[in-house]
Order: sequence, then structure tokens, then C-alpha cells
Amino acid sequence: MSAVWPHLPVLQVLIPLFGALLAGLLRRPTPAYVLATAVSWVAPLIAGALLWQVVQTGPISYHIGGWAPPWGIEYRIDVLNALVLVLVTAVGAVIMPFARLSVAFEVGEGREAWFYCMYLLCLTGLLGITVTGDAFNAFVFLEISSLSSYVLIALGHDRRALLSSFQYLIMGTIGATFYVIGIGLLYLVTGTLNMADLAARLGPAWAEHSRAIVAALAFVTVGISLKLGLFPLHVWLPNAYAYAPSWVTAFLAGTATKVAIYLLVRFYFSIFGIAIDLRLLPIADVIIVLSLAAMLIASLVAVFEANLKRLLAYSSVAQIGYITLGIGLANQAALTGALVHVVNHALMKAALFLAAGAIFYRAHTTELKELAGIGRRMPLTIAAFTIAGLGLVGTPGTSGFISKWYLMVGALGAGQWIPAFVIVASSLIALIYVGRVLEIVWMREPSAQMAAVGDPPLSMLLPLVVLSLATIYLGIDTEWTAGIASMASTILLGGLR
Amino acid sequence: MSALAELVGRYNYVITIFLMMAGLYIVVARGNLVKKLIGLSIFQTSVYLLYIEPGKIVGGTAPIIDPAFTVYSNPLPHVLILTAIVVGVATLALGLALVVRINEAYGTTEEDEILGKDREA
Repeated sequence: MSAVWPHLPVLQVLIPLFGALLAGLLRRPTPAYVLATAVSWVAPLIAGALLWQVVQTGPISYHIGGWAPPWGIEYRIDVLNALVLVLVTAVGAVIMPFARLSVAFEVGEGREAWFYCMYLLCLTGLLGITVTGDAFNAFVFLEISSLSSYVLIALGHDRRALLSSFQYLIMGTIGATFYVIGIGLLYLVTGTLNMADLAARLGPAWAEHSRAIVAALAFVTVGISLKLGLFPLHVWLPNAYAYAPSWVTAFLAGTATKVAIYLLVRFYFSIFGIAIDLRLLPIADVIIVLSLAAMLIASLVAVFEANLKRLLAYSSVAQIGYITLGIGLANQAALTGALVHVVNHALMKAALFLAAGAIFYRAHTTELKELAGIGRRMPLTIAAFTIAGLGLVGTPGTSGFISKWYLMVGALGAGQWIPAFVIVASSLIALIYVGRVLEIVWMREPSAQMAAVGDPPLSMLLPLVVLSLATIYLGIDTEWTAGIASMASTILLGGLR
Repeated sequence: MSALAELVGRYNYVITIFLMMAGLYIVVARGNLVKKLIGLSIFQTSVYLLYIEPGKIVGGTAPIIDPAFTVYSNPLPHVLILTAIVVGVATLALGLALVVRINEAYGTTEEDEILGKDREA
């Protein structure tokens, strides 16, 4: 154990990477599934050990191949990315039992082993972005996770999945290329790619190269915003989420956008914010305005959506707006709220998309008008959906309330009345679209063709119930989420100039 | 006059930016999925130039450790772009594979016709 302990940061990435290779070689569905499950269950153990170590003894710096930074690639783990690691691996581990039947049903014979291969590659990429302390290395992992997620989305049963995957490929590649342009400009100015080194060298370079640095900041912001689906760069998201296999949607909604948010936070607070005074630039105002637009417009679109998965996807765009609002406000309470909402929204949305997947598995549709009264046929599934949906609204007693409370305190603390008002308004709109779904599934008479539909098997029900109970648990006991998030935001804000 | 001299003096950046904008324009303006991918590829390739140009030092040699050579090109951008080229090839290959599948499913690679067929269905 003592031999393995110092190498945990790199094992976090290497185990899924080699798992992906093996899953591809195994070719048969059951062994590939067992392997993917084993990897997904080991990953949170490593992430948990890393978080524990970071909370106890401070940041970990791991030098790949023994090459000291800034020349070698450094994996650097502090409270913030340890939290994101735990979140991503936990979502993967909890939803894994759901995958077996859902994937066999939606992806089809002969492609399952490749599916798990792509899932593990995607996990590798997401974990890699999170652990790395090297800006270019983050790009490589970003592309690993993106390319594999394009494949995962294209595996959807509907032919529209192919076009939405293609559109995501175009947008995602433009985003990643913008990110590389930004990194290239930073490299030209400073001659380094290591994040900590960048933070140290950008300040002295600011006097001479301020225009290049502002351009780099703009490129990095737009590039990552495309990836995380910040309004109005979200247009790829609703279709990709709606037509991807249900399980993939749950996985991506819980992890991919959250990791992109982490990268944005890292760049703002650990690189640019340390080197230069970001208040001199209008960047926070732009982020806040776009976030508010996302919270209102995407929520309103969700109200009029006819398909459950698209409705949830638009709601994701709105909820990402809450998170970026907290990043833009950038005070202790708001940033804590943003980070807590990263965790809470990931768990709620994974639960909601799993419920949509369970409905599709039984009823073969997610069109709302065909789901009338399905709550009476699938009571446990829809009960879990209801709990997570109330979390989305921000009902007291659910985790959504906690994050919105912190954001509200942050907005009022900054003296910003408009964001505070929009937080309430957007929650009320969320109440309308969640309420509309609940009215259809609970109140109406079930149609005749839904007579034989029932709750899905235990392997699908269990992840759903665990995630929806987490929505309640994290609304009552906030030590793990708000405690660690506020620790992370203290560190992030403490370094700001 | 000085602005023109500045442009000529930095003609490499002018070429890079031209390729970048041309690629992005094709992605936005063309409805054919294959043409979109060609534009995307040009866009990505322009970034390779952005990285590699500043690595070259006039009169420098290849980066070999030898007391005889003291001025050499910066090897790091080349290595980075080697990785970026691999990413670009993978993206292009995946994109083309998707276009093949889209063509099989819809019988066309024109975006407006595909959207039209979806609206009918």
C-alpha cells in the first residue's frame, strides 16, 4: 500500500485509460461491463483517498516520470479538484448498475463492449482535466473526453443522434481550438505551460504584453464556455442530451459540463486572477449578464418543451447559469454556492436523466403527451424524479435550496439586486416546468398502451433512488458539500489580486 | 506606412489569422457537412502555425545537445503541435465517419435537407 500511495494521482487517470483499452479488446458485452464497473468503483476510492490527503496535509504535487515542473508535466491536486474528482467518480460509480440493461436496450447488440470502452476513455479524459496542473495537458485530456463523448452520443437509437453528435463535434472542436489559441498566446508571452508557473509569470509580463494576455483570456473563456454550455454557446447541448443514449446523458450531465466549469474556475482564480486584477476588465460583468440570460431564457424554453429529455437539457443550461453567476460574482458566499451547485446539480440532473432513461426503457418514449399518468404505473421511478425535480426548483430540505441560498447571500452581499431577483424568478419558472411534468405524470389518467408498464428492475431503480436520496441528504447535512466548497473558495479567493 | 511595414514584418501572423478566419468562415457559411469539416481542419491547422512560427530562430539549428551549437530552435512547440496534429486527425476521422453514417441514415450530407427530413418525420 505504501508503494502505491504516492502514485494515486496518476493511477486515478491510468486505471480508466487501461480499462478502456482492455474493454475494447474484450469485445463481449458482459466482461466489458464487469470491467467498466470495477474501474468505476475503484476510481472513487482513489478520489476519496486524495481528498482526505489534501484536506489533512495540503496540496499534492505529482511529477510525471520524475521530471520536475515546470519542465515536466505536473499533476497538482488541491481541495477544489479533489472535490471535483470525488464528484465525477461518484457519479460514474453510482449510475454504473443502471448501464447494463439500459445500454443493452438502447445501444444494441455487438456495440456494447465498444460503448464501455468509450465510456472509460471519456472518464479518463474528465479525470485527466481535473488532476493536471499543465495547461496543454488539459487540452489533450479535453479532446480525449470530447472525442469519446461524440461517439457515445452518436450511439443513440434515433438517427437524429448522429446529427447532434456532428454538431457537437463542430462546436466542441471550435471550443477546444479556441482554448489552444489562448494557451498558445500565454506560452508566447511567458514561455511556460505549467499553471502555477503561468500564474507567477503572467503578472510581470502584464506591463509589456497586456493586449496578448487579454486576448488569451478571451480565447480561453470562449473556448471553455462552449464546452460548459454557457448561454448563448449552449446550442449543441439540448440536442446532444436529448438524442444520446439515456445513460450517456445522465453521465455527461453529471460530469462533463462540471469538469469544464472546474477548468474555468481554475483559469480565473488560480491563473489569471493571481497574476492580474480581473476587476480592471469587464469579464465578470459579461459572465454575470450571460448567466442571468441563461437562467431566464433557457428556463422559459424548458417550460414549452414537449420532450422530457429536451426539457431537462434546457433546465441544465439554466442551472449552469446559476453556477457561472456564482463564478462571476466571485465573493466567498457566491463562489461557495457555485461550487456546491456543481455537486448538487450534478447529482440531481443525473437522477432526473436516469428517471427519463427508466421511463424510456419501460414506455419506449419520452414525449410528455404520451407519459400521461405514468406515475401510477412506475411509482418508485416517478417518486425519485419528483424528489430530484423539487431539488431543481430549490425547495427547502433539498440540496438545491442550499446552493441557491449561498448564491442569494453572495448576490445580496455584493449589493447586486438584479441577480438576486433573477435567482428567485428562475426558480419560479423551474417550479412551472417541473410542476408541468409532475401534473402530467401524476394527475392524468394513464393511457391504454401504458397498462403493462411497471417500475424497472432493481439494478436500474437503485442508482435512481440513491441519487434522489442524496438530493435530500445533501439538503440537510451540508458538511461535505458546503464545508469543502467553502474551504476551496477561501483558498481560491485568498490568492486573488 | 508604418502600419504596412508592421504587417509585412509579421506576415507569418497575417497568414495564420487569414487561415483561422477562412476556416471558421467555411464552418459557419457552408451547409455541406464535409465542407464544414474541411473548414474545421483549416481552422485547426492555422493554430499549428501559431505555435510553430515563434519556435523558429533565424540561423538556429535543430535542438541537439552539442557544444558546437549554441543557437537552436525551440523544440517544445513542435512536440506540442505533434500532439495537436494527432488530435486533429482523430477529430477529422471521427467527423467523416459520422458524415458517412448520416449519409446512410438520411441519404444526404446537406444540413438543410437533413433538417427538412427530420421536420417531415
